[in-house]
Amino acid sequence: MNLSRREQLTGRLFLIALVLVTLLPFVSMLSAALQPRGTVPTGLAWPSDPQWGNFVDAFDVANMSALLRSSLLIVAGVVPVAVLIATMAGFGLGHLRVPGGRFAFLLFLLGLTLPFEAVITPIYYQVRDFGLLNTRWAIILPLIGLYMPFAVFWMRAHFVNVPQELADAARVDGSNTWQLFWRVQVPLARPAIASLTILLFLWTWNQFLLAIVLVDDPAKRTMAGALGAFQGQWGTDQVLLCAGSLLILTPTLIVFLIFQRQFIKALLQGSLKG
Amino acid sequence: MTAPAVRARRRRWARTARWSGWLWVLPALLMYAVFVLRPLALTFQYSLYHWNGIGVARWAGLSNYVTVFTDRDLLKIIGNAFILIIFFSFIPVGLGLLVATLVRRITTGVFGTTVRTILFLPQVIPLVAAGIAWSWLLSSNGLVNQLLRGIGLGGLTRAWLGEFDTALPAVGVIGAWVLLGLCTILLVTGMSKIDPALYEAARLDGAGPVREFLAVTLPSLRQEIGVCLTVTVIAALASFDIVYIATGGGPGLQTTVPGLEIYRLAFAQRQVGLASALGVVLMALVLLCVLPIQRLTREDKG
Repeated sequence: MNLSRREQLTGRLFLIALVLVTLLPFVSMLSAALQPRGTVPTGLAWPSDPQWGNFVDAFDVANMSALLRSSLLIVAGVVPVAVLIATMAGFGLGHLRVPGGRFAFLLFLLGLTLPFEAVITPIYYQVRDFGLLNTRWAIILPLIGLYMPFAVFWMRAHFVNVPQELADAARVDGSNTWQLFWRVQVPLARPAIASLTILLFLWTWNQFLLAIVLVDDPAKRTMAGALGAFQGQWGTDQVLLCAGSLLILTPTLIVFLIFQRQFIKALLQGSLKG
Repeated sequence: MTAPAVRARRRRWARTARWSGWLWVLPALLMYAVFVLRPLALTFQYSLYHWNGIGVARWAGLSNYVTVFTDRDLLKIIGNAFILIIFFSFIPVGLGLLVATLVRRITTGVFGTTVRTILFLPQVIPLVAAGIAWSWLLSSNGLVNQLLRGIGLGGLTRAWLGEFDTALPAVGVIGAWVLLGLCTILLVTGMSKIDPALYEAARLDGAGPVREFLAVTLPSLRQEIGVCLTVTVIAALASFDIVYIATGGGPGLQTTVPGLEIYRLAFAQRQVGLASALGVVLMALVLLCVLPIQRLTREDKG
């Protein structure tokens, strides 16, 4: 494009400035995390003697290995089940077109913009009555339900667009619905399923409200919930808080940087559909 | 068997087969019913009672709702959520448009990808982490004040999240930081779908960059802008994580938002009925804001 050099330059400078602003919170946290413990850190000052050991301390204090395990358990409880039953429902509503399916679909749509805060109180009492408070199930089960509006909407949108002829061909070959689903439809739906998996993983890992309401023990929470507890406990020790926060947000950051393209694509599609 | 009988039987079989399709929907529907629909119904029910969560619930009629709409504190709290829309929605969408235009026009290759990836980072970390990072940045000896002192504006330094006038905008800035990347990328994607012939035509008509933006880019991005607004308005109205971590709602009620107040009313003050009424109102407000956006930006999609 024929832009003047000056225009190019100001544009680039503006973008670079914005990138710096985006990175500043992370850098500032890192610089604080490397100051000697017990000192009052200032915003951004590279310490003469960076205390990398602070990360080791934070790792121990935050009980990181337990937190990671807990978050992984919760993700493992939520994501496969949610993806599976949403795919099945999407198949039923989008492809089999069950009688009355429109109504069921509208019912799911109802939950699409629902703020979790609006139902957290009854969920608390319900989970308590089930005797599940302070267990990971207290986060896992409600999250599966809360994800259903979006997940079903997502998978149905995929199945609606699969040509009917494919299914007819499979039927002629003598496969029943179950085989049709697993052998033909699921392999075809792989991209949609992959995006949904990424989204649900991210949302589960970062889920905060359910974690702090339903589980008291930080070692049984999601990463975000644990981070909340960590802040409550070490909020006055800025050095340790920064080191701990950086540790806790590193896993998502690494996963994101590895699967960047898929993440961005999933989140884009996610918001376009939602 | 006669031919019609066979046909009828086959039809009946087909019908049961179609009904058996519900088995596929059932697991999802069950989880949804137990963990969303039932709680949703209970929220409505609780909102009609005075209940402390333990003792006997007393019928309250609509008085909880009257409280939500007349109590000055609660009205202020709802107002806060609307002020946050300016920061969570208008700034990321406006700035996102500018950035997306720049990214599209200026950058190709590695620079552009890097810019997009980095701007997107805040979207993948927990909001809680964003809250902690910015609390540190905005604290008395944080980076923002350090910079102000550095450029000789030491008089402006303050505890940004702790003072009455600056707390809410400061929380808003955190939201803008989080949401800018998502909006930018959505808008860049939308722009890449615009037919280049439109730009050529505009240029032949002698349109400058600004006219080109107003006449071609903006109208073509209607749907993407709608999506950005929808996502960010919901994020503003239903905000919780950032506020809980960065300010806890203070100072005073300066940064308290409905989500936080529901949490406090239900679990700290044991006013389950009032918390539920506020929950219902919040739900209604989200719909009231989001539905018109959807209507306005999607109608020509056919």
